[in-house]
Amino acid sequence: MLKYDLVVIGGGPAGMAAALKAKECGVKKILILERAETLGGILEQCIHAGFGLHYFGEELTGPEYAHRFIEQVQQTDIDVKVDTMVLEIRTGNVVVATNNIDGMLEISATAIILAMGCRERPRGALDIPGSRASGIMTAGTAQKYVNLDGYMPGKKIVILGSGDIGLIMARRMTLEGAKVEMVCELMPFSGGLQRNITQCLDDLGIPLKLSCTVIQTHGIERLEGVTIANVDENRRPIPGTEQYVECDTLLLSVGLIPENELTRMAGIIIDPVTNGAIVDENRQTSRPGIFACGNVLQVHDLVDYVTAESQIAGEGAAAYIANRPRGRNHYVSVSGKDGVRYVVPQNINENPDGDVKLYFRVADVFRNTKIIVESDGKVLYSKKKPKLAPGEMEYVIIKADDIRALEKKQLTVRLEVPTK
Amino acid sequence: MTRDMICVSCPIGCALHVELDDAGKVVSVSGNTCKRGEKYAIDECTNPVRMLTSTIRVNGGVLPVVPVKTSVPIPKGKMFECMKAINNEVADAPIKLGDVLIANVCDTGADIIATNEV
Ligand SMILES: Cc1cc2nc3c(=O)[nH]c(=O)nc-3n(C[C@H](O)[C@H](O)[C@H](O)COP(=O)(O)OP(=O)(O)OC[C@H]3O[C@@H](n4cnc5c(N)ncnc54)[C@H](O)[C@@H]3O)c2cc1C
Ligand code: SF4
Repeated sequence: MLKYDLVVIGGGPAGMAAALKAKECGVKKILILERAETLGGILEQCIHAGFGLHYFGEELTGPEYAHRFIEQVQQTDIDVKVDTMVLEIRTGNVVVATNNIDGMLEISATAIILAMGCRERPRGALDIPGSRASGIMTAGTAQKYVNLDGYMPGKKIVILGSGDIGLIMARRMTLEGAKVEMVCELMPFSGGLQRNITQCLDDLGIPLKLSCTVIQTHGIERLEGVTIANVDENRRPIPGTEQYVECDTLLLSVGLIPENELTRMAGIIIDPVTNGAIVDENRQTSRPGIFACGNVLQVHDLVDYVTAESQIAGEGAAAYIANRPRGRNHYVSVSGKDGVRYVVPQNINENPDGDVKLYFRVADVFRNTKIIVESDGKVLYSKKKPKLAPGEMEYVIIKADDIRALEKKQLTVRLEVPTK
Repeated sequence: MTRDMICVSCPIGCALHVELDDAGKVVSVSGNTCKRGEKYAIDECTNPVRMLTSTIRVNGGVLPVVPVKTSVPIPKGKMFECMKAINNEVADAPIKLGDVLIANVCDTGADIIATNEV
């Protein structure tokens, strides 16, 4: 059996940043396991610009952002195994993986970092009636076809869902000569970043139809068209609003799901809202020595935040490996209410090493709304924001001293909407 | 005159409010959280520009295409013309990140450079 201090599962931006930080903190033997042929994760196919403005102070494309971390990993003695799929995490932190060269691998690790990213919600999860015609795929699959394999999957396109990948692909396919008829969004607001609506749709005159969905697909071998309809406030199609739109391709951009099969199998407790593990401020999961970061923990829209979160996990794992004594078992629990869908981390040590950033998402679009963090009716933080949207992750910083001083070991993040 | 717009210089997407005088000159910009927002607002009202990213066909590489970008943002109106030039180009492997594949594309002053290696 191979032995490592730290095994990182997934070699995307999260895995690489976590491994590098752990190295910097003095961890000796580190191994990154990556299922794909190269390090870099999803960034390899995200060829558009917009990455790294916060972290590097430069606007990079996905591959460029990944490249900087790949180079750094190569300059260290961190071991990397690509084309290697992790199958299981056994008790005692044993990682089971497989590849063509080593066959089955059993690796014992002092600490493990989960950085498996997320995948797109597939068609099956949507349940649109119609034939099994070809030409229906997720926006990320189309992105891979166009940007890595170099071919266009269609000419006349309808996009369902206004997530960022769908918006990015609306522009990409238009630039490559396709006609993107429209982007339909079930909700009355877009889940994508505002900048992507501006540069990917408005710039190119592609209509965004809100409160609208695809109710049927047509075509036998190849998709020939879709029927769209407006929906009411309960997201049910409104009779009489049906409209036929001719198209040969339907791209789905209806959300991302953290890839947590391994996590579940390992018996780690999952937050039903984030679909990621429940973690403390060091990103340690409910299983001691197992940490999680990046899109596998919570779906991020900014890779800069992925990097920041992963560095926290790398540092946490390093501290765990060095076995520094910490008051591990006594947590302050953190939750969201009144418009706050979830908060990460869900737990904070009663006596944290430093100030803690609480990341959260809101459930709806709110204007001139106050973010309040309180414990037992006592307000620790309060700030008014001109606009909050579900597509944009927010954070607040809570001072370590304030956490230590808490009487009731519980924190709530909530919104206070102005009364008209 | 006033114009409201979303700064696209970074994924934060600040909502900008721009005041213009009668000649269309920018008098003030508000709503931005950093300097880039002000520059964006001025550019957007005078000469709107965008970064263009795409792929170029590759001969003899592990992948059939290499991702590319413009070295600097180009005028919005020139995007499709530049796409034509990009799609007419074929590059030979090996290609390094940062290699110039088309110099001064469509006289925009921007080069088309590789953003990955193939
Ligand atoms: C289409 C798209 C557009 C985006 N646009 C932007 C943008 O404009 N600006 C921005 O800042 N951010 C953007 N993001 C977000 C950013 O790219 C992601 O948040 C970031 O890549 C997540 O990093 P990660 O390492 O958590 O996951 P990933 O990059 O997905 O990496 C996870 C890795 O784990 C590997 N893996 C999974 N399971 C296993 C297993 N069992 N064994 C071994 N390996 C495994 C996968 O192969 C993968 O390489 C975008 C994301 C997408 C998908
Ligand atoms: S003003 Fe600055 S922070 Fe705001 S979107 Fe523009 S670049 Fe980003």
